[in-house]
Amino acid sequence: MALDEATVARIARLARIEVDDDRLPGLAAELSNILGWVEQLGEVDTENVEPLRAVMPIPSRKRDDVVTDGDRQDDVLKNAPDAHDGFYVVPRVVE
Amino acid sequence: MVDLTALTLADARTRLRARDIRAVDLTQAYLDAMARRRDWNAYVTETPEKALAMAQAADERLDAGEARPLDGLPIGMKDLFCTEGTLTTAGSHILDGFTPPYESTVSGKLWDAGAVCLGKTNLDEFAMGSANITSYHGPVTNPWTRPADNKPLVPGGSSGGSAAAVAGRLCIAATGTDTGGSIRQPASFTGICGIKPTYGRCSRFGIVAFASSLDQAGAMARTVEDCALMLEAMAGFDPNDSTSAEMAVPDWTAACGEPVAGLKVGIPAEYRVDGMDPEIDAVWRQGIDWLKAQGAEIKDISLPHTKYALPAYYIIAPAEASSNLARYDGMRYGLRVKGKNLAETYAKTRGEGFGDEVQRRVLIGTYALSAGYYDAYYLKAQKVRRLIADDFHKTFTGVDVILTPTAPSAAFREGEKADDPVAMYLNDVFTVPTSLAGLPAMSVPGGLNGQGLPLGLQLIGRPWDEATVLRAGAAVERAAKFDVTPYGLEQA
Repeated sequence: MALDEATVARIARLARIEVDDDRLPGLAAELSNILGWVEQLGEVDTENVEPLRAVMPIPSRKRDDVVTDGDRQDDVLKNAPDAHDGFYVVPRVVE
Repeated sequence: MVDLTALTLADARTRLRARDIRAVDLTQAYLDAMARRRDWNAYVTETPEKALAMAQAADERLDAGEARPLDGLPIGMKDLFCTEGTLTTAGSHILDGFTPPYESTVSGKLWDAGAVCLGKTNLDEFAMGSANITSYHGPVTNPWTRPADNKPLVPGGSSGGSAAAVAGRLCIAATGTDTGGSIRQPASFTGICGIKPTYGRCSRFGIVAFASSLDQAGAMARTVEDCALMLEAMAGFDPNDSTSAEMAVPDWTAACGEPVAGLKVGIPAEYRVDGMDPEIDAVWRQGIDWLKAQGAEIKDISLPHTKYALPAYYIIAPAEASSNLARYDGMRYGLRVKGKNLAETYAKTRGEGFGDEVQRRVLIGTYALSAGYYDAYYLKAQKVRRLIADDFHKTFTGVDVILTPTAPSAAFREGEKADDPVAMYLNDVFTVPTSLAGLPAMSVPGGLNGQGLPLGLQLIGRPWDEATVLRAGAAVERAAKFDVTPYGLEQA
């Protein structure tokens, strides 16, 4: 499957990664090469094969729906690029 | 005068307990060695003050006869484990300045066991790579060189800093993480041992996530027994990881001393790939002979879907990565590159914060999960993953352990492999199938190639049967008598 530059630009937008136009041809070639190599999976008959999602049969555990940690506002905000009055400061969302 | 950094973990442990040596002296010897070899770039962050304080506390416990399992043993911590109060980078620009307010379960267990933290070891960015050349903090140099030209080689990846530090005597052992071979391949490239346990053995809590259905922590050290001692301290149930197994941790150290007579060892035909390096084939045959000579029974086996493991992995791992790495948005921690609005800030932060290989994988993963392609790529890869796991499960009804080479080549020079990403991915051809099946596996040095570089042999076991992997690994180790250290390393 060859990806064209428009498709790469669309995926980059979906992934929220800024990609300059001059990088698109190179990325399109690299990603096409990887996907072309992956195409060999088409040779494998997977009719009636269940997809493997959990590799070890570890049962899901449930716990009581209670707060187990919290009240650590200072810890949580310590790494924020911008914080004020106990809140994260983010760029304006609504113009 | 004993060369403190030449001691194995097991030897140092015995001497510390006998009070022949002191943890502070052992730690200082490693800190001095680290300062001498910063050119290898094995550590992103050194923590000498923390190390000496931890060593001091260990000495006090040892003096009082209250030794913990790894008391006073100085280790390197892969910089993918969150360490409370110590910078954690995952080798990425996007985590600039991130100082976790909590400790990962595995690192916490090691500190509770008395291990001393020398620092955070370098790695490929977000553990994505097989040569440790994608770290934002620069490439790591392998302590080994080809004696003929003495030029720098890559240490393998992604746990390349840990591997270089263990091989170059900049720590007595180190942690690694393995998603598709990131412990075993660098162990092979640097002439050390490395074990990835069964998926679910070690908690993933606090490990920066790459591909959650594959990521496992493990141990890297200079001997099989040292790996067992480390892994015993790292493994165990953790309610904070939903895929952590509620199982007791066996006595893996004892397993290292058990004989292999009667053990059934499988040799998979599909690992003898076209164009295989004859020296890799030779060390594999040597490994077979070593186990046979110790009474193991060798059986030819078939794992028919082996060749599809790599392409399946390069859909599954990037798909999971694209989802896991969505959290890096520049709002709550790490790098923020301001744009005109929120969307542009996200895109600029991620465009500058992620390196080329990480961007490639996030883009592949985003594509594979996008509308219209999910079934063709992601679902297909998960079905092939089932067939690969089934191959192993069927085989393990007839054999106890599988022996293969660890990697298709010895360590190489940066740029020596084609710049093509697919060519780099082929490094993991022998390690990825095991990862997809969640099985325990380890690499043990088998010998040197014609250029004087180490080559590893891989042992693969049944689910939860690390004991047999270690037992067979120790048998290879006994026969290989691999006691060569990287050339130029100061001898005592």
